[in-house]
Amino acid sequence: MIHGILGIWNYWIVIILMMTGLFIVISRHNLVKKMVGLTIFQTSVFLFYISLGKVQGGTAPILTGYKNTLYSNPLPHVLILTAIVVGVATTALGLALILRIKNEYGTIEENEIASLNTEENSK
Amino acid sequence: MTEFFINGFLVFLLVVIALIAIQSIKVFSTVMLAGAYSLISAIIFVSLDAVDVAFTEAAVGAGLSTVLYIAAMKHLPKREKVVNDNTLFALVVCLVVGCLLIWASFDLPQIGDPMAPIHQHVGPYYITNTKNDMGIPNLVTGVLASYRGYDTLGETVVIFTAGLGVLLLLGDGRNNRDENE
Amino acid sequence: MNDDPILRVCTKIIVGPIVLFGLYVQFHGDYGPGGGFQAGVIVAAGFILHSLIFGLKEGRKLVSERINLIIMVLGVLLYGGVGLISLYYNSEYLDYSILAHDTKHGQHIGILLIEFGVGLTVAGVMLILFHLFSSWKGDSK
Repeated sequence: MIHGILGIWNYWIVIILMMTGLFIVISRHNLVKKMVGLTIFQTSVFLFYISLGKVQGGTAPILTGYKNTLYSNPLPHVLILTAIVVGVATTALGLALILRIKNEYGTIEENEIASLNTEENSK
Repeated sequence: MTEFFINGFLVFLLVVIALIAIQSIKVFSTVMLAGAYSLISAIIFVSLDAVDVAFTEAAVGAGLSTVLYIAAMKHLPKREKVVNDNTLFALVVCLVVGCLLIWASFDLPQIGDPMAPIHQHVGPYYITNTKNDMGIPNLVTGVLASYRGYDTLGETVVIFTAGLGVLLLLGDGRNNRDENE
Repeated sequence: MNDDPILRVCTKIIVGPIVLFGLYVQFHGDYGPGGGFQAGVIVAAGFILHSLIFGLKEGRKLVSERINLIIMVLGVLLYGGVGLISLYYNSEYLDYSILAHDTKHGQHIGILLIEFGVGLTVAGVMLILFHLFSSWKGDSK
């Protein structure tokens, strides 16, 4: 059992990082802090995914020309490249929406926006 | 052994940065901590043999994302107003989800195991056939551009759509009026 | 917008090598780490540095908004167009093998063209994002 845990302790630390990001998203009311929490969550998921593709004693997936080199799996790298770029696209759109929300409501704290919304709807 | 200590130290730094980012009240320092988080995870990517991903994460996550946050923060409040009514609920949710994930992680293979299922099906095909089909050394570019070219087309369109979306939200519509008259 | 002479001189010296490095990463993505995305971000970072030090107006004189939009669109069109050329030659969409006399050369040409398209789009979008966020006035429209 101890040997088993020694092989997967890194996944546990990445799960702790993911949960930290999730905690920031859920518990904080400031919209920019929520976006930062989402960024931390995303980057931790990338860490998790890439560490699944590592091969012990392997090298970067660039052909060296020698026979019998062990390469790390290139497929997770490709998927995470796409995910990083999509993440920055999401961040940019989210920040643009936050700027418009600030224009419209005057605040970017989520509880104040919700109460302003219910006041408007009940009028 | 050295690798274990280096990786362990870097991951410990990540945990410390994430914990400080939870309770920092100034928005500017939270943004800077996110940039530092991205940079240190880029270093960890290098030690996990993912050089392309480290390059992209350092350029995009630590560089461009931080610049966009700071450019956007010119008109946003500098401090958050701390209201702690959600903390217990968030803590319970995070603990429950964390425990479920840790329980699920017992089924994962050991890190670095070359006999893991992930290395048995498509990975070896890409590694052995890139030289014959395309003749380029960088396997990641080969898979990205040729074997999985549709995904890259979709991703380019996603980036383009994000640019369009921000243009619609934040542009003021006077792009063509001044230049054509 | 910055009067500090050290910043101005250093920026003038370093913006050229940054764009050159971006082009190097773009075209050597086949042989080492790199490729379209990284190159686009690096080139955009060079232009953003210039805008940061010399002001947004000077930055827009270097790359006007119209050119920026054209670059953004040209990248996606280039990528889609390479696929359409394959259709024209009676093959599948995005099949690079028939772009030249030999499969390997065709793949080389196809990968080079599409990575260039990706690099153009990413550079254009990052630059326009920076300019939009920086020139937002914040008053009600």
